[in-house]
Amino acid sequence: MSQIHVTTKINGDTTEYLCDPEETLLDVLRDRLALTGAKEGCGTGDCGACSVTVDGRLVCSCLTLGAEADGCEIDTIEGMADGEKLHPLQQKFLEHAALQCGICTPGILVAAKSLLEKNPSPTEEEARYWLAGNLCRCTGYDKIIRAVMDAAEEMRRAS
Amino acid sequence: MIYEVPETVDSAVALLSGATGSARILAGGTDLLVQMKSGVVEPDLVVDIKRIDGMKSIAQEDGGWRIGAAVSGAEMGEHQALCAAWPGVVEAMELIGSTQVQGRATLAGNLCNASPAADSVPAMVAAGAVVRVAGPDGVRDIPVEEIPVKPGKTSLGKGEFVTSVFLPARPVNSGDAYLRFIPRTEMDIAVVGCGVSLTLDEAGTCTAARVGLGAVAATVLVVEDAAAALIGSKADDTALDKMAAAVSAACKPIDDKRGTVAFRTHVAGVLAKRAAKIALARAQG
Ligand SMILES: Cc1cc2nc3c(=O)[nH]c(=O)nc-3n(C[C@H](O)[C@H](O)[C@H](O)COP(=O)(O)OP(=O)(O)OC[C@H]3O[C@@H](n4cnc5c(N)ncnc54)[C@H](O)[C@@H]3O)c2cc1C
Ligand code: FES
Ligand code: FES
Repeated sequence: MSQIHVTTKINGDTTEYLCDPEETLLDVLRDRLALTGAKEGCGTGDCGACSVTVDGRLVCSCLTLGAEADGCEIDTIEGMADGEKLHPLQQKFLEHAALQCGICTPGILVAAKSLLEKNPSPTEEEARYWLAGNLCRCTGYDKIIRAVMDAAEEMRRAS
Repeated sequence: MIYEVPETVDSAVALLSGATGSARILAGGTDLLVQMKSGVVEPDLVVDIKRIDGMKSIAQEDGGWRIGAAVSGAEMGEHQALCAAWPGVVEAMELIGSTQVQGRATLAGNLCNASPAADSVPAMVAAGAVVRVAGPDGVRDIPVEEIPVKPGKTSLGKGEFVTSVFLPARPVNSGDAYLRFIPRTEMDIAVVGCGVSLTLDEAGTCTAARVGLGAVAATVLVVEDAAAALIGSKADDTALDKMAAAVSAACKPIDDKRGTVAFRTHVAGVLAKRAAKIALARAQG
């Protein structure tokens, strides 16, 4: 089986890889590029733990082929902090204790960032609907939503 | 498996026609990849249509809208003119999955996956959508309801695929709506889905109507008796009750853990009535 040569930009850096035709973007990120921030919860699009953006669009990397990413720009959780400086969402997740085991957290942060880029002042209901595809078994969601709303407010104030 | 990314419709058709084993189109992959992972389908060839010219466009044509086969639900929801013209089709598409699924899922994929519970399909049926199919013998336009033939199976022949969905021009005073029943508030499969589209004259009398019904038979249903109950009426309670009765009478559902025959049959009528009221309010502007 011949491998496919893919050229992408991941978190701003041009990245090339070879992948199998049926290999998912999630497997490429985790197993070939050692970007293990995106998690595999279900592998079927239900949990959102594998969330990344492709050309600015939030998607499940478990339901995207690695080969499809050729020529695309991909952003993952690894690109969220600016060096040592956490993104306001990351900071607020710590302050609000919006994570316990943490397996859902990278996907939720990526999804929440994508929400705030599209809509800097979401209502709580809008935030809950936007994040409905990100499952969390630990927190009960309330702290997550509070952290997102608080980060949104801080980002509005800063801009 | 071989993965191909053709740049023209003709080369996609050639790839599909020339395939010796099983071949699948890849649009958003939100059905296909799930099926491949579970081993339900094991294609020898996957043809990604997203880089073909025109597949990503939403364009006005003869007063209607042509939606390319690779346009995602998110892109439809962001297109204001499309939302204004066909709010029912867009709301049906937007019910599919999560934000992440919306980033990839397509109308044509929802249709060609041929699930009886596909949400956008009853809305497209109500809209009178016409699907453009390219294949070895050229291009043909066919009514949307002729695509699914049974669960998981379409009428498309070897080498054929859907290149776009056309939503026709809207007369003034028209409206459409789609509602589904699911046990949760998000991320679930329709137990019943109903799309209604109607047009009123100046006096508020319904001059045209179409009703599409999902998840209550092996394929989507076009309920002509329900449309007939609306046409010529003012869509008042008597007409709506008659329409709901026609909808319930058309149901041929299965019994499963998600809904009994009696429940689905009843809910179909209720949803049809509610959807008709929303379509009516939209038609009245
Ligand atoms: C978490 C989750 C939730 C979901 N929720 C819903 C829901 O609420 N309601 C609902 O209806 N669906 C739901 N789905 C199913 C799926 O998202 C939709 O059916 C979607 O519209 C499929 O579109 P796609 O572009 O991803 O299709 P793909 O997966 O790319 O394709 C689906 C099938 O159609 C074929 N195909 C695709 N495009 C064409 C074409 N242009 N011509 C010919 N054949 C084609 C493919 O070969 C494949 O067999 C859900 C899926 C997931 C993962
Ligand atoms: S791992 Fe992708 S949605 Fe669960
Ligand atoms: S913190 Fe454990 S799943 Fe969300």
